[in-house]
Amino acid sequence: MRAIVVGCGRVGSTVARTLAEEGWDVTAVDESESALARLGERWRGGFVIGHGMDLETLRQAGIENADAVVVATDGDNTNIVVAQVAQKMFDVDTVVVRLLDPARADFYEGRGLDVVCPTKTAYETLTERVRAARVRS
Amino acid sequence: MFAIVAGGGKVGANVARTLLRRGHELTLVEQRPDRYERLEHEFEHQVQLGDATEMFVLERAGIARPAEIVIAVTGDDEDNLVIGQLSRERYRVERVIARVNDPRNQKVFDLLEIPQTVSATQMVLGLIEHEVPAHELIHLLELKKENLEIVEVEVESGAPAAGKRVDELALENARLISVLRDGKAEIAVGSTTLQAGDQVLAILEPGQEDDLRRLLLKR
Repeated sequence: MRAIVVGCGRVGSTVARTLAEEGWDVTAVDESESALARLGERWRGGFVIGHGMDLETLRQAGIENADAVVVATDGDNTNIVVAQVAQKMFDVDTVVVRLLDPARADFYEGRGLDVVCPTKTAYETLTERVRAARVRS
Repeated sequence: MFAIVAGGGKVGANVARTLLRRGHELTLVEQRPDRYERLEHEFEHQVQLGDATEMFVLERAGIARPAEIVIAVTGDDEDNLVIGQLSRERYRVERVIARVNDPRNQKVFDLLEIPQTVSATQMVLGLIEHEVPAHELIHLLELKKENLEIVEVEVESGAPAAGKRVDELALENARLISVLRDGKAEIAVGSTTLQAGDQVLAILEPGQEDDLRRLLLKR
C-alpha cells in the first residue's frame, strides 16, 4: 500500500515513520530539505521537496497511485486545499487532514473531509479532566 | 453595495479605495499588524485586523449582513481559496472574486469552484500576446461564467473570408464583433466586407476556434 505524507514536521514525520515500519510504501513531502532529518538515518521511503499546493510536486510523490494521503503541514489553509485536491482531482481513497482551527475543522468535516483537530481534542480532554477531578473531590 | 475585501496589500487597498470613492460600503481585512496600522490612518473603522480565513473574522467584518461581494486578494492562493469557499458555501455570498497569485494554481481554483478569478500574470501575458502576436489567433478575454471567450484574428490575404461579406461566411460557432481597418473600428454587421489585414474581434465558446481559423486564416 502506498501512502503520501504532506508536511514532514513532528506529526507528519512520525506518521510517515510508523506507517513505513508497518510495511507501507511511504513518500514524505516537505518544503524544506531539513525536514528529511526528522525521518531518521534509516529512512528508506521517498522524500520530495516542494509545496503541497504544487500539483507537480504531488505527482512526483506518486499521488496518482496513492492509497492514502495524510496532510499535516503547519498551514490550515494549505491543508484544506491539498486534501481537497487529493480527494477530488486524484481520487485518493483515504485522505486524512490535520486542522488546528476548530471552526474550519467543523465546516470542512461537514463537506466530506476526514479531519483531525488536535485543538478540539486538547480542550475537550482538558475540560473533561477538570470535570472528573471535581467529581472525585 | 456592501463588500468585504480580504487582503490589504496594493491590490486590496486600491480596490477598497476605489469602491469607497464610488459610494460603496466595505470592510477591509488585513492580518499583518504593521500594514493594518498604516491602513487604519486612511480607512479608519473600515479596516479590521485579522485573518480572513477565520470564520469569526469574516463574521466580525459583516459577512452575514450579508455581504454582496467578497473580494479575496491576499498574496496567498491557499488563503484566497479558503476565503472564497467559506464565503460561497458557508455564508452563501453570491459574488466572490479571488486573486490567483501563481497561475499554476488556476486549476485548483477551478476544482474548488471559485468561478471568478483574476490573475495579474495571466493578464500581462495576454497583453504581451496582443502587442507581440506570436499566434495568428489571440485570446483577449475569457468570460468564465458564460463559458465564452473573445479572440482577435487578423484576416490573412488569400484566406477564404478575404473579400467576402460577413453574412456570406459559414460561421457556425462564432460571431464577429468588430473589424479594425486602418486604425478605425466598426461593428461587424452582415454587410461588412472583410479584407486581408483586417483585425477582427470575435466571440465564441472556448475550443471552438476551427471555423474562425479555417475562414480567416490561410490554412
